[in-house]
Amino acid sequence: MGKQLITLTVNGDEYELAVASHHTLLDVLRNQIGLTGTKRGCTAGSCGVCTVNGERGEAILSCLSLAVEWDGRSVTTIEGIRQGGELHPVQQAFLEYGAVQCGFCTPGVVMSAKALLDVTTSPSEDQINEALAGAICRCTGHIKIKKAVRAAAAVMRDNEARDDG
Amino acid sequence: MLSSQRFRFDGESTDSETTMYPAPFRYHRAGSADEAISLLAELGDGARPLAGGQTLLVWMKLRFDEPTDLVDIARIPNLSSIEHDDHQVRIGALATHGRIAASPLARLIPIVHDCANGIADRQVRSRGTIGGSLAAGDPSCDWPALLHTLDAEVLCQGPDGERTIGIGDFVEDLYATALQEGELVTGIRFALPPARSAGAYVGFKRCAPAYPTASAGVQLTLAEDADTCADVRIALGSAGLTPIHATAAEAELRGQALNETTIERAAEAAVAASDPVDDQRGSPAFKRAMLRVLVRRAVGIAIRRCNGESVEHSHEYY
Ligand SMILES: Cc1cc2nc3c(=O)[nH]c(=O)nc-3n(C[C@H](O)[C@H](O)[C@H](O)COP(=O)(O)OP(=O)(O)OC[C@H]3O[C@@H](n4cnc5c(N)ncnc54)[C@H](O)[C@@H]3O)c2cc1C
Repeated sequence: MGKQLITLTVNGDEYELAVASHHTLLDVLRNQIGLTGTKRGCTAGSCGVCTVNGERGEAILSCLSLAVEWDGRSVTTIEGIRQGGELHPVQQAFLEYGAVQCGFCTPGVVMSAKALLDVTTSPSEDQINEALAGAICRCTGHIKIKKAVRAAAAVMRDNEARDDG
Repeated sequence: MLSSQRFRFDGESTDSETTMYPAPFRYHRAGSADEAISLLAELGDGARPLAGGQTLLVWMKLRFDEPTDLVDIARIPNLSSIEHDDHQVRIGALATHGRIAASPLARLIPIVHDCANGIADRQVRSRGTIGGSLAAGDPSCDWPALLHTLDAEVLCQGPDGERTIGIGDFVEDLYATALQEGELVTGIRFALPPARSAGAYVGFKRCAPAYPTASAGVQLTLAEDADTCADVRIALGSAGLTPIHATAAEAELRGQALNETTIERAAEAAVAASDPVDDQRGSPAFKRAMLRVLVRRAVGIAIRRCNGESVEHSHEYY
């Protein structure tokens, strides 16, 4: 049961990797590539701390996906969402609104929020709840997190308006 | 596929020390259904198809299943379409819950949206497939119960060719389906509900990334007078070792006026047909109490939708 060669693009950088077939995308991101921003929590899909964004920007669980399944594909992790050296509006809003306590769930929550805001920058309250339902914060609660997501959405709307104008 | 094994798996029991890695296996990627079927036949009874992996990888980490080989079917083209004509709906096995929830079909048939969008969270819905949900034979999964409600047929293809299996014959027992070794689910189909027919699927859940504690699906067709039930199908999920088609409950409503009394009788008959197991999601008595409420709610929403009301509905959380 040897290793398999895959090509994986992470945050725009292409990696050629020899991966064990039973290692997950999470294992490879953290242990082979060294991107430890994506966290390892329950490893069974329940906690959402391992959330990254897939090819179409969709939120996925890197703990429930084999690295070999991502051969030839690209993913975005928390390390890759800065825009031109600046924090992503979601990251910036999390800082401003104190939407972080211990920080362990933060990468998964931010990647969940980004997946939503990439599709719509005017999300309804229901859409925000739904998008965040799979990334659970167990210490600070979700009030500040939701405030931060709404604020980030507003910034992204302004940016869009500026770009259009 | 797991028909020789009998285990109780509760999707929420996790121990990070033992669930970190699945046991090693060989990985193969199939480019077509034909290729997957011949690979599975060649590799023998230790081989499994891998679709979204949202059930299988958890099972493997928990050592409920230890395949020697995985045949990745997720990239097979033409198995993920979501289509309908005037008579029939067809969904490819590889259609994800998320794509189904966002499809025009889910707007046309709200019960499909109830089910697809109520499964777990966005992350699981991005990867998990309708075919995998059926093939898993897991009574906690939502699609098997929903497809009982819609009296669907399962389209299969294996070494002996293609066949169509009625949903009632497809799910045989806990984690056991009618699939032969090396046979794939390629899709599902069901009749487009007629005019004056609508349904609702309601689950009772602890949180998004958890399977329902109990669920009920109701598809109702009103008679011309709009007060009488012309036809109905009722199915229950997480209510026994397989989805339960509650025929006695249907008999309480079919041809009857729809009112408090008949709906309550139907709910009671549905509960009587259920056989929920005792697990960390609740005791059988608790689940029966929930099922009764869920059937009543689903009938109520179905009636409102039959009458043209748009009812945005999602599961009940506690
Ligand atoms: C945290 C969490 C919460 C969840 N909550 C819910 C929930 O609320 N409701 C719900 O319904 N589900 C839930 N699920 C399960 C999810 O819906 C899965 O996507 C689904 O059960 C299996 O689909 P899959 O494509 O991931 O299949 P896989 O995991 O890839 O496969 C499952 C089984 O089916 C076989 N298989 C897969 N596809 C085929 C095929 N086409 N033909 C033949 N055999 C096949 C595999 O060999 C395997 O034995 C949850 C999962 C997680 C991790």
